[in-house]
Amino acid sequence: MRELVVAIRLFIVLTVLTGVVYPLIVTWIAQTAFRDKANGSLISKDGKIVGSRLIGQPFDDPKYFWSRPSATVPFPYNAAASGGSNLGPLNPALVGGKDSAGKEVPGAIADRVEALKVAGSSEGKVPTDLVTASGSGLDPHISPEAADLQVARVAKARGMTSDAVRAIVNAHTEPRQLGLFGEPVVNVLELNLALDVAQQQ
Amino acid sequence: MGWAQIVLYSVVLLLCAKPLGLYMARVLEGQTTFLSRVLSPIERLIYRHSGVKPETEQSWKTYALAAILFNVLGMLVVYALQRFQGELPLNPAGLGGVSPDSAFNTASSFATNTNWQGYGGESTMSYLTQMLALGVQNFVSAATGIAVVAALIRGVRARETNSIDNFWADLTRSTLYILLPLSGLFSLVLVSQGAVQTFQPYAKATFVQPTKDADGKPVTEQVIALGPAASQVAIKQLGTNGGGFFNANSAHPFENPTPITNFLSMLAILLIPAALCVTFGEMVKDRRQGWAILAAMTFLFAAFLIPCVLAEQSGNPAFARHGLTTNANWEGKEARLGIENSALWATATTAASNGSVNSMHDSFTPIGGLAPMVLIQLGEVVFGGVGSGLYGMLVFAIVTVFVAGLMVGRTPEYLGKKIQAYEMKMASLVILIPCALVLLCTSISFVWPSADPSVSQAVKGMANPGPHGFSEVLYAYSSMGNNNGSAFGGFSANVPFHNFLGGVAMWLSRFWLMVPVLAIAGSLARKKVVPTGPGTLPTHTPLFVGMLCAIVLVVAGLTFIPALALGPGIESLRMAGGAR
Repeated sequence: MRELVVAIRLFIVLTVLTGVVYPLIVTWIAQTAFRDKANGSLISKDGKIVGSRLIGQPFDDPKYFWSRPSATVPFPYNAAASGGSNLGPLNPALVGGKDSAGKEVPGAIADRVEALKVAGSSEGKVPTDLVTASGSGLDPHISPEAADLQVARVAKARGMTSDAVRAIVNAHTEPRQLGLFGEPVVNVLELNLALDVAQQQ
Repeated sequence: MGWAQIVLYSVVLLLCAKPLGLYMARVLEGQTTFLSRVLSPIERLIYRHSGVKPETEQSWKTYALAAILFNVLGMLVVYALQRFQGELPLNPAGLGGVSPDSAFNTASSFATNTNWQGYGGESTMSYLTQMLALGVQNFVSAATGIAVVAALIRGVRARETNSIDNFWADLTRSTLYILLPLSGLFSLVLVSQGAVQTFQPYAKATFVQPTKDADGKPVTEQVIALGPAASQVAIKQLGTNGGGFFNANSAHPFENPTPITNFLSMLAILLIPAALCVTFGEMVKDRRQGWAILAAMTFLFAAFLIPCVLAEQSGNPAFARHGLTTNANWEGKEARLGIENSALWATATTAASNGSVNSMHDSFTPIGGLAPMVLIQLGEVVFGGVGSGLYGMLVFAIVTVFVAGLMVGRTPEYLGKKIQAYEMKMASLVILIPCALVLLCTSISFVWPSADPSVSQAVKGMANPGPHGFSEVLYAYSSMGNNNGSAFGGFSANVPFHNFLGGVAMWLSRFWLMVPVLAIAGSLARKKVVPTGPGTLPTHTPLFVGMLCAIVLVVAGLTFIPALALGPGIESLRMAGGAR
C-alpha cells in the first residue's frame, strides 16, 4: 500500500517534470534561438504561405520540376497524413504483373515512366528515385540526376534556355552535408519557386 | 560514401560508449557526477514531494511490485488521456477521443517501451496527449529498463544479501541524470536542423500547383501538421521508444530533417544500450566482462547489417524492366538519406528495441526486410532496449555458461555466482516467453475469423499479396511480442482484434520478462561468491563471446526458421526467379 502511494506521487512529479517542464523549456529555447525552423521553415510569397522548405509539393505541369511520387491519401503530399506506399518489392501494383483478380496491370512505376515520357522527358534512363514513392510521402527532394532528366522539358515549356534552367538547378542543389552525410539532393519546391521568379524578370 | 558513413557510425558509437557508460555507473551507484551541482537539489525535491526514501532497501519482490505498480498506473493515465483528449486543452487540430481498443493498444505499447503505433500521430493525437501521455512514458518506460538492469547487476555482484536497492531512486536518477540532459541537448540539435517545436496550430499553405484528390476533386491547400515534436523525437530515440510524433516517423522531414540529424538519431538509438555494457563492467569491477558483452552485440549487429545494406543496394531486379538508372531499392526511402542510411537505420532500430523508422520496412527487399525481422526475433538482445537489452543478453550469458557447464560436467558459474536450477528456470522463461508470444499470436490471428468468416483476421489486414503479406503479419507480432514497435506498415493492425491481442502480447513480453529477471537478481544476491578455480569458464574471452553469439542465434534459428521460410524465404526465391 505504501508503495502504491509512492507510485502515484512519483508518477505525478515525473509527469510534471518530463511532460510539462521539459517540453516547455525546449520550446522556449527553440522559439528564441531557432524561431523560423521551430515553426516549420515556412515559405511566404506575397504575404501568404506557399509551403515549407522541408515539405514537398506535387507537380505534374511540364513547366515545373516534378517531385517524387507520394503515397499519402487522399491526395499526394498531404502534410496532415504522412506515410509511404508500403508496397512490397514484388507487388504488381508497384512493378506490374497479374493482380489478385488475375488481370495484367502495368504497375505504378511503368505509369510514372510513361507520364514523364508524355510530358517530354524521354531521353535516357529514368532515375529510380523519381518514380518510386518516398517513405514520408512528403520528400522535398529529388536526386540531381532526377533534376537533370527534367531540365530540357522545363526549359522548353518555359521558353528558357537549358543553360539558364540548369544554372538555377545548380543553385538549388545541396551537396552531402559536411561532404559526407546523406546524399546530394535538389529541393524541388524552392527550385520551382525560383524558376517562377526568374521567368517573371 | 554509404559505407564510409556506416564505418564512421560504428566508430563514433563505440567511442561514445565508454565515457557515457562510466558516467551511468556513477549515477546508478548514487555517486556525485559533474551534473550533481545542478541536479541533486532537483533530485531531493522530487523525493520530498513523492515521499521516496532513496536509502530504503528493497527485496526483489518489492522492487518488481514497485516497477509494475508504476507502469500499470502509467498505462491507465495514457489510456484516459487518449479517451478524453477531445475535451482537454492543447488540441488545436480538434482531434476527437481515441477508440477504446486503439487507446488500450497504445497505452500498453508506450508503457512497455514498445511504441508500436496502430494510429497516425498527426491525425490522431492532440499536442496534450503527445506530451503528457506519450512523452512521459517515453522517459519512464526507458528509466524502468535502466533500473531493472541496475538491479540485476547489483544482484550479480552482491554477497549474501536480500536487497537489490531501491526502484524509486533508480527510476528517478535514470530519468534525471541520464535521459533528461541527453534529450534536452539532442532536441535542440534537432530544432537547429529544422525539426519543429511549436504549439501553433497546423499551418495552411497554398499549393504552388493545385493537385487533385483520389476522387478527382481539386485540392489547393496543404495543411502542414506541426507540434512540439523535437522534444519528443529526442527521447524516442534515446529511450529506445521509437514512437513517431508523425505517422511517417523519422522519415518525416520535421522529425529527421537532414542527414546530420539522421546520423545523430541513429547514434542516439544505440548509444545508451551500448554504453550500459560498459556500466555493467564497471559496476561488477571487471571491465572486461562489459567489453565481452559489447563485443558479442557488435558482432551480431554487423552480421545482420551487412546483408541488409547489400540487399537494398542491389535492390529490386524488377526495376530494370522499366528502364530505370539503378535497381537500388528507393521505394519507401527518402532522397536526402539514401539507401545505406536507410538500411543502417533499419538494422539499428531493430537491434535496439527502438522501432522508429526512417524508411518503410514493408517496401524492403526480401533479405533487406529479413534482417530487421530476425534482429527483433533474437529477443531484442543485440543492444536491445535501454536496460532490457542488457538484462536480456545477461540472461543469455547465464544460459551460455550453463550449456558450457553441461559439456564439461561442472556446476556453471557466472561472475563467481553458482548458476543453479532456479536461475535456469527463470532464464528459460525470459527466453521462451517472447518466442511463444510471437508464434502463438501470429497463428491465432491466422485462424481467428474476421467479420467475413471466410477470411482470417491476419489475411484481412494484409496490404500485399503472397508471401510478403505473411511477412507483414509475422513482423507485426514479432515486433509487439519483443517490444520493438517497428512494422511492415501496410498491415492494417488498427482494428479491435489486433489492438487487443497485440496489446496483451506487449504487456506480457515486458513484464513477464522483468519479473523473472528480478527473481534472478534476488536469487544471485543471496548467494556466496565462489572463488575462481581451474574449472571456471572465463566469461571475458573471445571463446565465450563466440559461444554467446552461437546460443543467441541457435535459439532464434530453431524457433523461427520455419516461419521465416514462409515469408521472406519464399519471397526471395520468387524474386530470384524473376516473378511477375
